[in-house]
Amino acid sequence: MRIGVVTFPGSLDDRDAQRAIRLAGAEPVALWHGTHDLQGVDAIVLPGGFSYGDYLRCGAIAARSPIMAEVISAANSGMPVLGICNGFQILVEAHLLPGGLIRNDHGDFIRRDQRLRVESTDSAWTNGFTVGQEITIPLKNGEGGFIADESTLDRLEGEGLVAFRYLDVNPNGSLRDIAGLRNERGNVVGLMPHPEHAVEPGFGPNTPAAMRSGVDGLTFFTSVIKQSVLS
Amino acid sequence: MPTIVVEVMPKAELLDPAGKAVAGALHRLGHVAISDVRIGKRFELHVDGEVDAALLATVEQLAADMLSNGVIEDVISVHVSGAGVAGETR
Repeated sequence: MRIGVVTFPGSLDDRDAQRAIRLAGAEPVALWHGTHDLQGVDAIVLPGGFSYGDYLRCGAIAARSPIMAEVISAANSGMPVLGICNGFQILVEAHLLPGGLIRNDHGDFIRRDQRLRVESTDSAWTNGFTVGQEITIPLKNGEGGFIADESTLDRLEGEGLVAFRYLDVNPNGSLRDIAGLRNERGNVVGLMPHPEHAVEPGFGPNTPAAMRSGVDGLTFFTSVIKQSVLS
Repeated sequence: MPTIVVEVMPKAELLDPAGKAVAGALHRLGHVAISDVRIGKRFELHVDGEVDAALLATVEQLAADMLSNGVIEDVISVHVSGAGVAGETR
């Protein structure tokens, strides 16, 4: 399986995402924002970072870059797309996921190993988890507060589109503790925490078992590989 | 050269942490009469030639679609400014 990772001006975790894809057993393909070429990939990751310096709004300019026309079209045709942090913001600005992300309610940038509860496994990127599973994924953002109006929040909950919820602490003021979403079809997932930073023993978050041993993020990538093999 | 000004504010019901931080600083400086601060954006779009109704309509659409995000922000104003307009120094 070939999974593309789009690099935008200001992307930071594109190489980490490529590495996570490789560790999970797929072939990472570097994609460039300024082209219209998806290079025949089977799935796409929009990585974290600060595309266009967060100018205008986080993800707003990247969401209108040339390659996003193809990403949006592919996502609407069912191709798996994962948006991580800035990638989640880009998905929201591209209207592939609902709601918005605003500055953290406490005003500070936050970095922590964040516990999450898996709320939905009906997606290309979460099918390897179990519902209710508690995982630890590094989080690092300044504008990660998820908001939407009440009717949208009710719809997201009612249709089971909340993919992840924050546990222990809500790190950014996200409404209803929402950390990540999936779309109705299940091919598009976006979240603020960074699964690509929890894929290799020695470099992941701390766990009760051992320091830096957390590899819960690997399941995002093995999930999409498993789905591609089965489909 | 005419300028189209677009003003965007965070939605009133949303917390504006940046504005809150500025309000806190003003209070620490003794300006206790200022009860709240909200920070928005002002875009100045410079135009070659005349601003006609069609261009203004296009900018109004851009203001709604790109310069603001309706989930988190409101477009407060789209108006033409230029040399000689009262209140504008440009």
